[in-house]
Amino acid sequence: MIHQTKSREILISKSFLLFFAAVAILTFACNPQPETAEQKIPHDNATIKVEGKMMADMSAPPYVPAPVGNRAAKNLVVEMEILEHEGTMTDGVQYTYWTFGGTVPGSFIRTRVGDEVEFHLRNHPDNKLPHNIDLHAVNGPGGGAASSFVAPGHEIVFSFKVLSPGLFVYHCATAPVGMHIANGMYGLILVEPEGGLPKVDKEFYVMQGDFYTKGDYGEPGLQPFEMKKAIEEDADYVVFNGSVGAMTGDNALNVNVGETVRLFVGNGGPNLVSSFHAIGEIFDRVHVEGGDLINENVQTTLIPAGGAAIVEFYVDVPGDIILVDHAIFRAFNKGALAMINVHGDANKTIYSGKIEEGIYLPEGGTIQEMPITDEAAAAAKEPLAALSKAQKIEMGKNVYMQTCFACHQANGLGIANAFPPLAKSDYLNADVNRAIDAVLYGLAGEITVNGKQYNSVMTAQTVSDREAANVLTYVYNNWGNNGTEVTDEMVNSRRRTSAKK
Amino acid sequence: MFYKLILSITLCFASLMVMGQFENMAVIKGGSYTPFYGTDSSRVVLNDFALDTYPITNAEYEDFLGKYPEWNKHRVIALYADGNYLIQFDENGNLLPGENPKAAATSVSWFAARKYCECNGKRLPTLDEWEYVAMADETTADARTKTTFNEFILSWYEKPKTSSQSIGTTFKNYWGVYDMHGLVWEWTLDFNSVLISGESRKDTKKDNNLFCGSAAIGASDLMNYAAFMRYAFRGSIKAKYAVRNLGFRCAKDIPAN
Repeated sequence: MIHQTKSREILISKSFLLFFAAVAILTFACNPQPETAEQKIPHDNATIKVEGKMMADMSAPPYVPAPVGNRAAKNLVVEMEILEHEGTMTDGVQYTYWTFGGTVPGSFIRTRVGDEVEFHLRNHPDNKLPHNIDLHAVNGPGGGAASSFVAPGHEIVFSFKVLSPGLFVYHCATAPVGMHIANGMYGLILVEPEGGLPKVDKEFYVMQGDFYTKGDYGEPGLQPFEMKKAIEEDADYVVFNGSVGAMTGDNALNVNVGETVRLFVGNGGPNLVSSFHAIGEIFDRVHVEGGDLINENVQTTLIPAGGAAIVEFYVDVPGDIILVDHAIFRAFNKGALAMINVHGDANKTIYSGKIEEGIYLPEGGTIQEMPITDEAAAAAKEPLAALSKAQKIEMGKNVYMQTCFACHQANGLGIANAFPPLAKSDYLNADVNRAIDAVLYGLAGEITVNGKQYNSVMTAQTVSDREAANVLTYVYNNWGNNGTEVTDEMVNSRRRTSAKK
Repeated sequence: MFYKLILSITLCFASLMVMGQFENMAVIKGGSYTPFYGTDSSRVVLNDFALDTYPITNAEYEDFLGKYPEWNKHRVIALYADGNYLIQFDENGNLLPGENPKAAATSVSWFAARKYCECNGKRLPTLDEWEYVAMADETTADARTKTTFNEFILSWYEKPKTSSQSIGTTFKNYWGVYDMHGLVWEWTLDFNSVLISGESRKDTKKDNNLFCGSAAIGASDLMNYAAFMRYAFRGSIKAKYAVRNLGFRCAKDIPAN
């Protein structure tokens, strides 16, 4: 009985609850749904108390400051200096960058939710222009821009509390805004959640930007900003971290097999959206657009101009991971390419390496070329001023760094089993005409270089006689080669000879 | 302090007497034009005036400091000049070794620049006067629509550290005035009459008739960009600021016969 009574009581209380719930629903149905306590909204973070004051640890790309871990929210002092200075866009090409902290992108700022940031923005006395800063992590007029307009030789202090966790872009918003951004005035500010982000082995800072110069890609000298191209969104350079090759060759990022890697990736724009992709890796986790939403197993993630993403991946096998904007002409023709060298032992199950390779040319080996116009043909006949050997070597280096180095590498050593070395190369030194032909018409099939066999394809390069002569002279006069000087005429004669074939 | 001010005013007038009328100045024929921030209805009309051929140099400013030591950096009233005032001079008003005496006198506040001109029987040019003369290239009074002219101006904006260059090293314009572009920024009497908040995106929304929307945010032509950067710079400074790339020159009215 007791049992029965009890169950009836429960029944009653249940129906009472049901009734109450029904009333509650009826009552609230007319009103907007109230927010429950469980819903974490950033505005709650406004009440987080700060404990003590500390200087923010800032870092230049590609590195980031140490994680915040589980430290309490603090009064965080950020000191940022604006510098206008000349830098290198690519070999032989200079550009006047406007920077936050001397680098493009600007110094990385690492905070946690609830931090109260005391921001000191300093405009170096030698600078020409006033600047300001708009941080996307700020709630308030202009993201801080309205309070941070600072003349050269002056300092502005303003403060804000970071409420929303995520990865945010900051940039200059002084007129003309597009020009300030196009000259490199952007960077990232990270707001970590309470307790910090999960621990990883390596973290890096990568930010894409598009540049617009008077001369086309690779045209040497100090290149001024070109407003017309910027308005037409016709970029000459699309690069990671401010210049071509900022993270390739000796500047490549280094990780080890078995490590987890986190990239803080931003896109400063000003115009182009990035199709961010890692050749040879799949992103295990992506904080989409730098926010809370996590997507898994992503091949390419879209990063809007003025946006960011956090990508994380575990590195399984050794080799090079190539970071690109998969709008792929930007990667191979405009500079949007970075490299992560992965060191460690191979895992043949995950990646076998090459097992077998032959040549497959169903449509024949002919390289297709655009027909040459009469004007271009006439222009080609104009005699060019002769160059000294030293000039050739210097100009040839630029051609090499733009055209050849991706395969043959900056040190001419090539890549084992794939791309033959040019350094101390018996194949190269034996026959200069064969080398010229390789540049003009490409090379396919099995060859032996320094005792090792290569069976690969080099495509024909679309270079002028002069460029071919310069790059070959550069190659022949470096890395222990025989010092041959290749002339424009030698290249031209090969072009004519081969054309008759 | 009060006596010093009286003294300096008296001295000012004393030196006036001996000045030539328009020595080292170019006569600018007045006229009307539409400034960058204006619309067709707001044409500016200017009378004839005279403008210094060159910006004031360090050497000239050194002379001024000799005559008016109260404008030395350790004596100047803090309200009139900030901590960057005269960084190229020592406390006694001598140009520091390594500084170019023929370079434009920069790191000078608006108050100091105004006083300098006053003591030479002149005044700072108005914003409209300065912009009027700055429209000219070597051959035309209004070259604002020429691409090469605007490219020259923009390229200077991008180039840091030109302030140590000697005066007269850029070009002589239509009016016979040198260095309006390519050397240093210059103070004007009413430099802050066109207010730019620094939040340029905001300025375009303001219904203040200073910027028609197309001129400000949609500015596709170089002319507007070049001018916009000048106005942005002026909007960022205050009268007591001394800036390494900011100098000045003086102007003078020409009395109607």
